[in-house]
Amino acid sequence: MKKILLFVTVGVIVFGSLLPFLWFLDTSLKTEKEITTIPPVLFPSGSTEFYRSSFERYSLLHYVKNSVIVASSTTFVTLALSIFAGYSLSRLRIRYKGLIMGSLLTVSMFPQISIAGPVWRIMQSLNWLNTYQGLIVPYVTLTLPLGVWITASFFKDLPEEIEDAARVDGCGHFQTLFRIMLPLAGPGIFTAAILIFIYAWNEFFFALLIMTEQGVQTLPVGIALFQGQYTMPWGEIAAASTVATVPIVILVFFFQKKIISGLSAGALKG
Amino acid sequence: MAGLILKDLSKSYGEKKVLDDLSLEVKDREFCILLGPSGCGKSTILRLIAGLDAQDSGVIVVGNKEVSRLTPKERDIAMVFQSYALYPHMDVFENMSFSLKIRKTPGKEIEKKVRDAARMLDIADLLNRKPRELSGGQRQRVAIGRAIVRDPELFLFDEPLSNLDAKLRSAMRIEIKGIHEKLKKTIIYVTHDQIEALTLGEKIVLIDQGKIQQIGTPSEVYDHPANIFVASFIGSPRMNLVKGKIEISDNRLRFLSDAFSFDMKMNERIAGFEDKEIILGVRPESLIIGEGHIHGKVEFVEHLGAEKIVYAKAGNEKLIARAPAEKNFIVGDKINLSFQESNIHLFHEEKRIGL
Repeated sequence: MKKILLFVTVGVIVFGSLLPFLWFLDTSLKTEKEITTIPPVLFPSGSTEFYRSSFERYSLLHYVKNSVIVASSTTFVTLALSIFAGYSLSRLRIRYKGLIMGSLLTVSMFPQISIAGPVWRIMQSLNWLNTYQGLIVPYVTLTLPLGVWITASFFKDLPEEIEDAARVDGCGHFQTLFRIMLPLAGPGIFTAAILIFIYAWNEFFFALLIMTEQGVQTLPVGIALFQGQYTMPWGEIAAASTVATVPIVILVFFFQKKIISGLSAGALKG
Repeated sequence: MAGLILKDLSKSYGEKKVLDDLSLEVKDREFCILLGPSGCGKSTILRLIAGLDAQDSGVIVVGNKEVSRLTPKERDIAMVFQSYALYPHMDVFENMSFSLKIRKTPGKEIEKKVRDAARMLDIADLLNRKPRELSGGQRQRVAIGRAIVRDPELFLFDEPLSNLDAKLRSAMRIEIKGIHEKLKKTIIYVTHDQIEALTLGEKIVLIDQGKIQQIGTPSEVYDHPANIFVASFIGSPRMNLVKGKIEISDNRLRFLSDAFSFDMKMNERIAGFEDKEIILGVRPESLIIGEGHIHGKVEFVEHLGAEKIVYAKAGNEKLIARAPAEKNFIVGDKINLSFQESNIHLFHEEKRIGL
C-alpha cells in the first residue's frame, strides 16, 4: 500500500514537472495543421518540418553555437576561480574566512533586476555590449558563489592527513591541490560544473539585456525572439526548445551518478 | 652524527601552550618512543619535525642539517600517519611511488625500490589494488612501504597501530621492530600505549603537558620512574601510590600512612624529608598477598587467565595486587599484604627521592 502511494505521488510530481517539456516535444513533431486543429491532436504525425525550418529559417544552429561558447567559457572560468578560492578558504590559514564565505552568499542573493542597470552600464563603458565576454563576465560573477561554496565544502570534507601525507611526500601547495585534492574532490567539482553550465545555458535576463544583436544572442533569447510582429511560429519555438533542452538532459543523465554523489557527499561525511 | 636534535622547542595554539622549551637528542639509528596521554603535545612534536606546522621558537636538526625553517619537501623525512592517509584514488604501487615521482626519480629505480619494499612488507601481490580494497593491516603496510621507498634520514610514526585490532597490533609491533633492524634508520614513534612503548623502544621519552617528564630505556622508566606522573602512567595495572610521612626512631626510618606503617633502613637522603608529605609507590606485582602486616579487604577481582588482579581496601587506601591464577579470592575476604623494601619508590612533591 505504502509502495503504491509512493509510486503515485512520484508519478504525479514527475509528470507535472515534465508536462511542459512533453508538450513542446509533442508540438515540435506536429505539422502546421495539427498545431491549430481543435480539438488538439494528442499524437503528432512525427514530422521534422519544424526542426528543418528552425535551423534553416531561424538560424537555430547559430544560437546553439553562441550558447555553447558562453556556457562553457563561464563554466571553465568559474571553476578555475572556484577551485583556487575553495581550496584556500577551506584549507589555508586565512583571516575572516567566515566573513568572506558569508559575503559571497550575500552577493548571490541580490535580485537580478537590482543589479541589471549597473551591470549594463559597466558593460557599455567597457564596450562589451554584444560581445561574448560581456555576458561571460556577469555570468562568472553570478555563479562564483555557488562554485566556491560547493568546492570549499568538498575540500573541507577531505581528510587533512592525506594532505599532510602529500606535503611530507614532497608536494608544494599547488602539487597537493592538483595531484591529490582535485582528483579526490572530483564529484564536487563535477556537480559545480554541471550546475554552472545549466545556469549559463538557461539564463535569459542578462542575455536579453546585453546581447541586442542577433549575431551574438544565446538560445533562450534567440528562441524568445522567434516571434515576429504578426507571427507566432509555435512549431519552430517548440522544436528549438527541444534542441535547447536535450543537451542538458543528456548531460545530466550521463553524469547522474556523479551528480548525486556530489550533492549528497558533504551531507553524509559531515 | 646525531639522528635528531630538538632544542628549546615551543609551540602555542592560540592561548594554549602545547610545547614548552622542549629539548631532546636522539642518536643516529635509535628507536625513540614519544609516550604520553592524549593532548600532551607528542603529535605536535612530530608535526614540527616533519615541517607540517611551524614552531614558535627553537631549533630542529636532522642528521647534520638544521631544518627549523624548511618546508616538509626540503626535509628528508618520511611519516606514517595514524589514519594511514593513503591516496584513495591511486593504487598501492602509485601510492608507494608517489614521493619518488614528485622527486623525479627515474622510472626503473622507482620500480625497483617499490618492488623491494613491497617484498619486505609482504604486499608484493597487492600492488594493483586500491586502498579501499585492502584490510586495515594491509593499509598499514602500504603506509609504511610508502615511507620506506624514500630511504629518508628519519622516520616518523604517529600512533600507527592505534586503528588496528589487538591481535594485529601485537603482530605489527614485532614487524616494526624487525623493519627498524633491517633499515638501520632513526625512528621517532609516537604512542599513548605504554605496552607498545615498552616493547618497541630503545629510548622512551615521557611527555606530559608539553614537557619531557623522563627519558630512559624501558627498564629505567619502569624501575626508576622520575616522578609521580611517570610512576602512574607506566605499568598496568598502575602503581599503588600511598600518601604518608617519614618518622625517625632508633636509627630506623618509618613510613606512616592511614593504611599501614613500613620500616626501612636508614638512608640519609630520605631522612631529610622527615615530617614532610611523602608518597610511597609499590607496583602491584611487588605487593604480595599472604603474610604481612597490611590488612585489607578484597573489593573486586579481575580474572585475566594467567593471573588475577586483586583490588583491595586497606584503611582508606585502595591497593592493587597481582596474584597467581590458581589462588581464589572472594569479594569481602580479609587478606594480608606485604612488600620488600627494594621494591618501593618514594616521592615528594611529585619528584622521586632517594635510592
